[in-house]
Amino acid sequence: MTDLTSLTIAAARDKLANKEFTALELTEAHLEAMDKSKDLNAFITTTADLARARAKESDARFQRGTAGALEGIPLGIKDLFCTEGVETTAGSHILEGFKPPYESTVSQKLRDGGAVMLGKLNMDEFAMGSSNLSSYFGPVKNPWKAKNRDGDLVPGGSSGGSAAAVAGHLVMGATGTDTGGSIRQPASFCGIVGVKPTYGRCSRWGIVAFASSLDQAGPMTRNVRDAAIMLTVMCGHDPKDSTSAPLAVPDFEAALGQGVKGLRIGIPKEYRPEGLNGEVAALWDKGIQWLKAAGATPVEISLPHTKSALPTYYIVAPAEASSNLARYDGVRFGLRERGLLGDSLDSMYSKTRAAGFGTEVKRRILIGTYVLSAGYYDAYYLKAQKVRALIAKDFTDAFDKVDAILTPTAPTAAFGLDDKQDDPIAMYLNDVFTVPASLAGIPGASVPAGLNSEGLPLGLQVLTKRWDEETMFRVCQVLEEAANFPSLKARP
Amino acid sequence: MSYVIKGETGDWEVVIGLEVHAQVIAKSKLFSGASADFGAGPNTQVSFIDAGMPGMLPVINEHCVAQAVRTGLGLKAKINQRSVFARKNYFYADMPQGYQISQYDMPIVGEGMLILDMPDGGTRAIGIERLHLEQDAGKSIHDMHASSSLIDLNRSGVALMEIVSKPDLRTPEEAGIYLKKLRSILRYLGTCDGNMEEGSLRCDANVSVRPVGSVDLRTRCEIKNVNSVRFVMEAIAYEAQRHVDVYESGGAIAQETRLFDANKGETRTMRSKEMAHDYRYFPDPDLLPLEFDDAYVAKIKATLPELPDDKKARFITDYGLNAYDAGVLVADQDNAAYFEAVAKGRDAKLANNWVSSNVFAVLNARNVPITESPVSAKHLGRLLDLISDNTLSSRMAKDVFEIMIETGKDPESIVEAGGMKQITDTGAIEAAIDQVVAQNADKVAQYRAGKVQIMGWFVGQVMKATQGKASPALCSELLTKKLAP
Repeated sequence: MTDLTSLTIAAARDKLANKEFTALELTEAHLEAMDKSKDLNAFITTTADLARARAKESDARFQRGTAGALEGIPLGIKDLFCTEGVETTAGSHILEGFKPPYESTVSQKLRDGGAVMLGKLNMDEFAMGSSNLSSYFGPVKNPWKAKNRDGDLVPGGSSGGSAAAVAGHLVMGATGTDTGGSIRQPASFCGIVGVKPTYGRCSRWGIVAFASSLDQAGPMTRNVRDAAIMLTVMCGHDPKDSTSAPLAVPDFEAALGQGVKGLRIGIPKEYRPEGLNGEVAALWDKGIQWLKAAGATPVEISLPHTKSALPTYYIVAPAEASSNLARYDGVRFGLRERGLLGDSLDSMYSKTRAAGFGTEVKRRILIGTYVLSAGYYDAYYLKAQKVRALIAKDFTDAFDKVDAILTPTAPTAAFGLDDKQDDPIAMYLNDVFTVPASLAGIPGASVPAGLNSEGLPLGLQVLTKRWDEETMFRVCQVLEEAANFPSLKARP
Repeated sequence: MSYVIKGETGDWEVVIGLEVHAQVIAKSKLFSGASADFGAGPNTQVSFIDAGMPGMLPVINEHCVAQAVRTGLGLKAKINQRSVFARKNYFYADMPQGYQISQYDMPIVGEGMLILDMPDGGTRAIGIERLHLEQDAGKSIHDMHASSSLIDLNRSGVALMEIVSKPDLRTPEEAGIYLKKLRSILRYLGTCDGNMEEGSLRCDANVSVRPVGSVDLRTRCEIKNVNSVRFVMEAIAYEAQRHVDVYESGGAIAQETRLFDANKGETRTMRSKEMAHDYRYFPDPDLLPLEFDDAYVAKIKATLPELPDDKKARFITDYGLNAYDAGVLVADQDNAAYFEAVAKGRDAKLANNWVSSNVFAVLNARNVPITESPVSAKHLGRLLDLISDNTLSSRMAKDVFEIMIETGKDPESIVEAGGMKQITDTGAIEAAIDQVVAQNADKVAQYRAGKVQIMGWFVGQVMKATQGKASPALCSELLTKKLAP
């Protein structure tokens, strides 16, 4: 059955429709793979029984001829999406044991499309991190290994469990969320495709909030077509999310295959800072050549406020997070650390939150609280909002001249799980190429484009203007074909 | 109305601003579909949004927006076509999100005005600073369990309008008049039921004092959540006197939040400035800026009722009422409608007398609103008609009115059944007069000797002889002739 886990979503979809195997068989194959790959720690919760039940329902729908767009496709759901009756932790001790009585809009759409959820994927606590090291439920291992050294690698983050599970063939695709790069960076680290759509494309309803003005759900898959198929199902207007756009959903898969002939591809000079990793720079140049060979025209562009993006992000995101995470107070759900009888309410709050949140989450709550405080608001939060507008304008201006922008996804390949990570700023630099698009709300995708000298994946990032995921997918597909990336085989 | 606190160092003036929280009349909450009704069982009207569950998002209730605009128009205020919801961050057990969604620097309604109707018949304009929409919190119950507080989230997320006055009020009485007038306008508009007992109208008072003649504002204290007009007035009077006492004994007033203890009639510290929250307001990223156009406002404006100030002016013009009487009548929309139904096509002053004294007295005694008056406007009107056409004397009309109160019957059938028709037949009255004159020769002599004030006594005797049915006017007229020397 192992070869079932090698299939792409597109292939499995066709074979299921042709009744070459059943949805239950496909699900069983993946459950088996999950079982054998427990060492990756990709899942926080597995839902094998539920998956089998849903797979059987899928088979029944195939029989009745009422199959959905993702009927019978085994997927993993990042543990940031609330799933009805299934524990949802956001990677945090403070939500341990929380079983939402509701289903997030995105995971509901996937369910409605017939997808089979295999479990809830590990992640950095509250999606805050770029390594999956901040999960309360332990780090995730990257299924890739460096050629010449031992030791496990991080999968990136925050959607690290999603990236590892997809790369390791435990699931055919997974949901991720991206606030500053949390889909794209782990996709790059794990050699898979990760798509952050335009802000407002996917509903945020039922996704545990990190930074509301930045959070977006997106698909993580082993190829571009699968991402297009998944995103088509995941997105669409949701009246329950005021920031969800009332726009029709394009058939993203239909946009594929159109090539890039005549497209102008922006190459932002600010993304080539002094000291940029040589292999990353070389791969980027290769990407430019591939697109040129396919008929596109590279155009050097400037995004002058790029250098301000990371500091801006690390004001805006923690500010929103400090407020979004205030609801974890021990009063209604999740962890409650009781003090002694007669202890004050404030004491319950501080004990619960001290025990429930990890170091990185606490750091960001403190940063966020600080930048919103009286006397600091103007200097930090307000200024950051102004800079954010300038960053967005950089992109608007650029897209007057070009149809898409090509950059590296991350400044490095995956680093070691045991590498000393005591400098938060160094960790934050992982997101340097992904954060600007998040601040601008534009779509971005990472495509695996090559391996470094250690044999580790590197991704290229494609950005387009708001609501133009179709062009993004076209460019991604051309890169994918040119790169002929050596994806991991299903694990033995 | 001048209100001066006499101190040893001189006279002090009080400066008052009120912040009123008015619960919006709406079926559902400001950002969720849960019911906003009062009085349901604990935690039965709570959506996942109201409970602050993970991943839940607010969606604005358009009706509440319309209600805020409507209220703004009623306060002759600037309507802001673009406003922004902001998060006010602080922790409390009955505030599930850990923040309240409110409006901060961009409220939906800007400056407006409210006219006070003063007891002397004059008016005074009080500035409105702003009106904004915000969520209510839930309710903590501390006295039902030995070691825990219980929480009811039914109220969590219910829409409130915070209406902030400028510091234009100068006396506790003005504050009371302001509150009553605001309540009256809200009720006219149908945007808040104004029920202070149920907490749908709550008041915070900002109070400071300054020497008469000074223009600078001194440190103010905020008295939170006072729940009746009388208590607001008492709290202000107490607080102002406290400030004066502190200043005069050489002390300083600390800016703080205080509570009013209605039992003791005093205010006391709730939170000092050092303990004050830093609310860390910022625009709520879950909500887009609230925007609407002129047409939206115009549509709401077209549905506004005639408001108390306009109605008052019309009552003065159309019915010849004085400003004070008109002000009393229009304070309540139902009272005003009742009056109009009675007064239309009749003697308006007579109608006002009957409504303002007789009807209101009955309502006060029974503690019922005018909509439940035992005497309908229609019946009262017909009673006045019976006075005008001389069927009844005023005196007899009062008797009929008493029966109307008890039975709810129409005046004609009461008159019919009781044979209470006024005697206007001069012959019958003259006969009675002759009898009284014949039996009281001494009184007649006194009258003729110049003691004309005993005329009333004669009228009384004639009325007695006719079982009160004689027309009093006709009696006096005929008696005057008969007794003439």
